[in-house]
Amino acid sequence: MSGDFGWFVPVVLSVISASTPLLLAATGELVTEKSGVLNLGIEGMMLVGAVVGFAVTLSTGSAGLGILAAALAGAGMALAFAILTQILLANQVATGLALAILGTGLSALIGKGYVGVALQPLPKLTLPLLSGLPVIGPILFHQDVLVYGSFAFVAGVSWFLYHSHAGLVLRAIGDSHHAAHAIGYSVVAIRFAAILFGGAMSGLAGAYMSLAYTPMWAENMTAGRGWIALALVVFATWRPARLLLGAYLFGGITILQLHVQGLGLAIPSQFLSMLPYLATILVLVLISRDAARIRLNAPACLGKHFHASG
Amino acid sequence: MRRRTFNKLLGATVATAALGRVGLARAADPFKAGFIYVGPVADFGWSHQHDLGRQAAQDALGDKIKTTFVESVKEGPDAERVIHELAAAGNGIIFTTSFGFMNPTIKVAKQFPKVYFEHATGYKQADNVSTYNIRFYEGRYIQGVIAGKLSKSGVVGYIGSVPIPEVVMGMNSFMRGMRTVNPNGKMKIVWINGWYDPGKESDAAKALIDQGADMIAQHTDSAAPLQVAEQRGVQGFGQASDMIKFAPKAQLTSSIDHWGDYYTQRVQAAMDGSWKSQDVWGGLAAGMLKMAPYTNMPDDVAKAAQDAEDGIKSGKIVIFSGPINDQDGKPKVVEGQALSDSQVLGMDWLAEGIEGTLPK
Repeated sequence: MSGDFGWFVPVVLSVISASTPLLLAATGELVTEKSGVLNLGIEGMMLVGAVVGFAVTLSTGSAGLGILAAALAGAGMALAFAILTQILLANQVATGLALAILGTGLSALIGKGYVGVALQPLPKLTLPLLSGLPVIGPILFHQDVLVYGSFAFVAGVSWFLYHSHAGLVLRAIGDSHHAAHAIGYSVVAIRFAAILFGGAMSGLAGAYMSLAYTPMWAENMTAGRGWIALALVVFATWRPARLLLGAYLFGGITILQLHVQGLGLAIPSQFLSMLPYLATILVLVLISRDAARIRLNAPACLGKHFHASG
Repeated sequence: MRRRTFNKLLGATVATAALGRVGLARAADPFKAGFIYVGPVADFGWSHQHDLGRQAAQDALGDKIKTTFVESVKEGPDAERVIHELAAAGNGIIFTTSFGFMNPTIKVAKQFPKVYFEHATGYKQADNVSTYNIRFYEGRYIQGVIAGKLSKSGVVGYIGSVPIPEVVMGMNSFMRGMRTVNPNGKMKIVWINGWYDPGKESDAAKALIDQGADMIAQHTDSAAPLQVAEQRGVQGFGQASDMIKFAPKAQLTSSIDHWGDYYTQRVQAAMDGSWKSQDVWGGLAAGMLKMAPYTNMPDDVAKAAQDAEDGIKSGKIVIFSGPINDQDGKPKVVEGQALSDSQVLGMDWLAEGIEGTLPK
């Protein structure tokens, strides 16, 4: 652990694993919110994704199937949310909170038989030559599929929202569902798709927790990360690139404060534990000074009901 | 000790409403004993171990008793309702197994003077309320001896939950054990300010390993730190239950909470009328704390661990006997003296060799 960069690589690797679940879940929520729907149930969808991913991986021996099942499970939870809020027009905030609570209980129920069972961590993908490079190799070219996926999804979503026609339609619906409806777009169908995508991404975030981060199932193992992902979307002012920044800032400070404690610096650990949240609030305050910039990116119809009258 | 009171308990009301009536329909022939747990029995930690204790009592006493449990009960008003229900349902003895159940237990005990109550980890007794706890710190001493022998860097990483005497005495005990074999042994501490967050526990373990620790000890509930130790090729110790499945190469031993014998004795005493209010703080000698097999270490280290275990059992080793200095080198206990139980229970200083701070 000595040498110039000896400490650097493991610290960066820790930051990556702390940030990846946040990034995955927040990317999904960003798309959902861009379509004008606020789904507060990320925590519940993540937990169900985590337990289903774990169970399927354990019983089939295939992490690929486990990841797929986790995404489907997250999407399944989101489907219930979509039906309630888009067809039955239930209140989105209340339904989202109910989804979070339901997911906590449901995942505990599904997971009853999996407590105390160990699993091999998700294999890392290696590239010949590149993975062997010093410093860069282990950081950039020796990660598991979900870490690469998290970056790919940010890039993909960014392209989709701002460079594709479908993305333009999605944003239009989020900003003015009546106008979009009037020119013939199916608001409900597109919002369904956005909600399901958000659920699937939360499921993937859960799978990362139970298959790679800490390869086990334990009740409530996400420990509030779903709520942080939710805050990150606001933090990022609904821009995918800033989401990447926010997730890594948060993950970075989380890891940093543990290292500061280990070094024995006389700063109260409660204060250090608070730091990531403090940083989030601080950035939110700074961003909020410029209200126009937020309004530019925030979906104007966020959380509002749409009912096609007539 | 307060255990996980967050999301896990959201389903508590529903669960207790359903489970609170388990076993009530049966004929009242066998003596009834009730248990309430703060977490789910599947937590693989605190509540899980209490439930193993209940099962042991049921197995030992067979048809003569009928045990009932209610899991995931929130500390507070909900607990009072559940304890009341168990008492009203004809349980002759009721075990309330979390620190936060203390006041509800005392309150319900007043209303049911003929029912015996047993409260774990608390400090309030009454004519029909006993308290009981385990000297978890004894296991830490043995872990310290093992770490002192095996650590190449001489640095142990210790993941703390919350800075209360229960946790602090464990750290100091570990350090005492370690320094008997390695006078220069050091401990680094990271607090996660909670009992349970697998992700954060594993991050803390990684941070400690990155800073040179090659032994990981924890006072948190999940097996995540041991998993990290396994992946990083260092070693560590399990907590509350045997976690060898998570770390077949990394786990050296684990301090296992063992409530079964105590539960059997107390239910038996309640049945034959010899039950008396008492305050029990039992450890290795009482069989309330057991060590998982000493694995993944050479024979001489296993022997040193066994010797420490025997020494604590026989009373030859008194863990908090002087001289003990605090982390600034100031004497805390002078030679020839030892800390009393009440001093141990109020411990608010870190022993020499521990780096890191005790949040005040």
